[in-house]
Amino acid sequence: MPKPHGGRLVNREVPEHKRERFLEQAGELPTLNITEGQAKDAENIAKGVFSPLEGFLLQEDYSNVLDEKRLSNDLPWTLPIILDVHNDLNVRIGDAITLSYKDRPLALMQVEEVYKYNKKEFAQKVYGTLDVRHPGVAKLRDMGDLLVGGKITLVREMETPFSKYNLRPVETRVLFKEKGWRTVVGFQTRNAPHLGHEYVQKTALTFVDGVFINPVIGRKKRGDFRDEVILEAYNVLIEHYYLKDRAVMSILPFEMRYAGPREAVFHAIVRKNFGCTHFIVGRDHAGVGDFYPPYAAQDIFDEFPDLGIIPLFFKTFYYCKKCGGVVNEKICPHGEEQHIKFSGTRIRELLRRGQRPPREMMRPEVVDVILRSGNPFVE
Amino acid sequence: MVFKVPEKEKKFTTVSIPTPLFKKIQERIKDTGFTSVSSYVTYVLREIVAEEDEEEGEPFSKEDEERVKERLRALGYLG
Repeated sequence: MPKPHGGRLVNREVPEHKRERFLEQAGELPTLNITEGQAKDAENIAKGVFSPLEGFLLQEDYSNVLDEKRLSNDLPWTLPIILDVHNDLNVRIGDAITLSYKDRPLALMQVEEVYKYNKKEFAQKVYGTLDVRHPGVAKLRDMGDLLVGGKITLVREMETPFSKYNLRPVETRVLFKEKGWRTVVGFQTRNAPHLGHEYVQKTALTFVDGVFINPVIGRKKRGDFRDEVILEAYNVLIEHYYLKDRAVMSILPFEMRYAGPREAVFHAIVRKNFGCTHFIVGRDHAGVGDFYPPYAAQDIFDEFPDLGIIPLFFKTFYYCKKCGGVVNEKICPHGEEQHIKFSGTRIRELLRRGQRPPREMMRPEVVDVILRSGNPFVE
Repeated sequence: MVFKVPEKEKKFTTVSIPTPLFKKIQERIKDTGFTSVSSYVTYVLREIVAEEDEEEGEPFSKEDEERVKERLRALGYLG
């Protein structure tokens, strides 16, 4: 099993027996209300998902992540995990503050730095564009002009309807060990599974001991599958089509950045922290629209010989009528007229109309779950 | 509001290598993605340092592990 990123799994959660005291303290400190995405970041920091981060980025790390895709200690790190605030916030360096979500204290933060940042530079370097049609760029417009950096301590978990699927890296690591898995491939998803997803996972699984299916739960784009639909769809898929001892699913509460290549590396780092030895990177991983070349999210891994997790690159799978199975361009000699593509857009169109995608695209049990759910999509 | 004054820290430093080795690397990286001897040497060293880092042991104590197993059983992940 790989060591956590940076060598040590971070734990910045208040132990149960100290929680009351910390909550009392939180009530007495100046409060900063944070968004759902920021709250998820805080939780991920505290639980070690973002190891080695112990808080929101300080300026030196922030600049290095933008310029070098690494923390200031040279460790690969591609997404800036930042806490933005507006100019009118009355915070001084050295202050302890309470980070609240939905008016409930979530974490304490030691303010180590407050610094300005350039939103255009952020957009260009992280998203590769200044185009406001990119959701990350659009979001930047509403963000505060200052960043606050410093360590955090989680005093209480966010409420989630999916807590039974919410495992910490320390837990997945024990789980993989108990299952006897020496090699584990991580699979990132924000979709209900079609046969393309299943074949990517199973192809990878042929070479490793287990697959860790890790759907991202949190704010998504309009038209994406709702979280509960994704989880239920995977449950039935695993139940009917996977060996029980070869697949584990737990969630990753995280707000997608749609940062394409940079986010692909970040996703790999997170799965390394969960204990994965390998990570699946497909076509246009973490992309949106046509902002990134189709395989840019695979090419970027060349920059990181020291990542500590092995990326597995896949071409797009499709069903070939002539081959009579799911294949990809590396193994199928037949023309496009023989292919049924697993188009997410086409599948969603069919489902939106209440129609069933063909068996060559999606397992009937998965289709049943989706159609039973009423409206399976984010409004 | 108090701002941190950004300090410009040097991000790179110099390491000496024998000139013949430098020239050999210069030849080797022709027509590759490496744009300089420095970028090649950095790449190779990062790879080596990372491999050495991976050799250390597990981060859990036995007690931690038992506590975690209990939760995994309660959630249905372990039988």
